[in-house]
Amino acid sequence: MTPETARRLLDAAGVDEALRRLAGEMAPRDGEEGLLLVGIRRRGVQLAARLAAILQDERGVEVPTGSLDITLYRDDLHQIGPMPVIGMTEIPTEITGRRVVIVDDVLFTGRTIRAALNELSDFGRPARIELCVLVDRGGRQLPIQADYVGIRVAADERDLVEVRVPELDDESSVTLVEGREEE
Amino acid sequence: MSAATAIQLGKDLIGLETVTGDTIRAILDTAEPFKEISERPIKKVPVLRGKTIVNLFFEPSTRTRISFEFAEKRLGADTVNVAASGSSVVKGETLVDTARNLEAMRIDMVVIRHGSSGAAQFLADRIPSNVINGGDGQHEHPTQALLDLLTLRDAFGRIEGLKVCIVGDIRHSRVARSNIFGLRKLGAEVAVCGPRSLIPVGIEDLGVRVFGHVEEAIEWADALNVLRLQLERMNAGFIPSLREYNRVFGVTHARLERAPRRTVVLHPGPMNRGVEIDSDVADGPQSVILPQVTNGVAVRMAVLYLLAGGRPEQAEEAKKGEE
Repeated sequence: MTPETARRLLDAAGVDEALRRLAGEMAPRDGEEGLLLVGIRRRGVQLAARLAAILQDERGVEVPTGSLDITLYRDDLHQIGPMPVIGMTEIPTEITGRRVVIVDDVLFTGRTIRAALNELSDFGRPARIELCVLVDRGGRQLPIQADYVGIRVAADERDLVEVRVPELDDESSVTLVEGREEE
Repeated sequence: MSAATAIQLGKDLIGLETVTGDTIRAILDTAEPFKEISERPIKKVPVLRGKTIVNLFFEPSTRTRISFEFAEKRLGADTVNVAASGSSVVKGETLVDTARNLEAMRIDMVVIRHGSSGAAQFLADRIPSNVINGGDGQHEHPTQALLDLLTLRDAFGRIEGLKVCIVGDIRHSRVARSNIFGLRKLGAEVAVCGPRSLIPVGIEDLGVRVFGHVEEAIEWADALNVLRLQLERMNAGFIPSLREYNRVFGVTHARLERAPRRTVVLHPGPMNRGVEIDSDVADGPQSVILPQVTNGVAVRMAVLYLLAGGRPEQAEEAKKGEE
C-alpha cells in the first residue's frame, strides 16, 4: 500500500461507533423474536459476531449468527480458471419465518449479495431478508440496496475499500486506497 | 481472487500416483464444505449448472456410480449414464469411438469405469473433456482412496503417522494401489496383509510392509481397510475356499477384541459378510463403513468442482492428440 494515496475513513473508534448505531437500527422491536445475523465470508462473519455481541451487551437480546460462503453461487466461476478455495457455510437454525440480516463489509457491485440471496433461499424461506454493510461504496451493477449502512463513500471503480477486522488483520479500520483494482 | 487462494487440479484425475501430497490435501480440504451441502433442505448448488457429465461404466458398479451421480446432481450438472451392456459397446464399438460420439454431443466431463488398466488415461489423452477415473482394471480408483483418506482424517484428525493396514486381495486391487499412493504421500505408515498368492511380488518397493497373519496386522494398525474378496478369485485358485479365507484372514470381533487399541475398520464395499469381514464388525462401533459412503459424495463433489477449473490449454492439447 502506498501511504500517500490511502485515506483512512474510519479508525477503530469510528468502526465501533458505526457498529453500535447499526445494531441499534436493526435491533428487534415490540417483542420480535427470530432475528438471525448471517455474515458473508470472510469479514462479514466477524462484523456479524460484533453486532450480535453489542445486541447482547446493550439490549440483552441473544441473536444467533451464521456464516455464508458464496463461492459456489458466484456468477463468474466459469470465467476465472482455477477454482477458489471454499469456506464453510454454517446456518445454525431453521431460517424459515425469521428476519435474516445479511452482514457484509463492503457493498460494491451487488453481485455478492445476489449470490448470498440465492444461497440463503436454499436453506428455507425467511419472513424477511435485510442487508447490513459497514461501507457502501457505490458502483452497483445490480438493483440491490442496503437497509443498514455504516458509512457511504463515493469511490471510483478502480479504488480499493479495505475493511480490517481485529480477528484477521490485527486492527479495526476502513481505508480507501485510490486507483487500485479491487481483487 | 489471488493465485494463493485457488487450487489447480489440471484437466483429469487418473490416479493418486501422479498427484502431489499438497494436491491431495487440497482435495480433502475442499470436500469439507461440500459435506454441508448434502445436509441442506435443498441439496443443490449451481456451480456446474449447464455442464454435461457422462458416466461411462463398462463394468458393473452400484455405489461408485450412484455416488458420482449424486455428486454431479448436487453441483447442478446434467448427467447421462452409459452402461456397457445395452449400449453400442456390445456391438463392438471401440472406447475412443464411443467417447468421440459423446464429445460430438458437446459434453464437458466423463467419469469412466473400465476393466482395462490404463483405459482412463487413454481416454483423457484423446478427448478435451475432463476425465475422472472411476476405477480402471487393476490400476487405480482414486476417488475411493480419497474418500478413505477423508474418513480416516475425520476419525483420527490427521493422516500423518497413522498406521493403516490394507487386508485382503492386494494383488488385483486398484483400491489398494490408490490407497497406498495416497496414504504414503500424506505421511501414513502402510502395511498390507493377505494370502501370499494375493500379495504382489515387490510391493515392499512402494514403502509398504507385509503381514502374513491378520493378528499381527491388528496388533500393529490404527486402522484396517478390509478389501472385498472377489469371489471369482477362488475359482482361479488363489485361495482354497471362502471358509478357509475367513478362518485365517477374516476380520472378526474376537480378533479385534485382542487389539491393543480401538481399531477403526473401513471397507470399500460391497461386503461379503462372513468372508473378509464379520457382521458384528461391519455393524459395530469400530466401523466407519457408512461414513465412507457419505464422504464419497463430498469427495467426488470436490473433485468435480476442482476439475471444472482445469486448464483449458490442456484440453487443447488433448484435442490435438485426437486429430
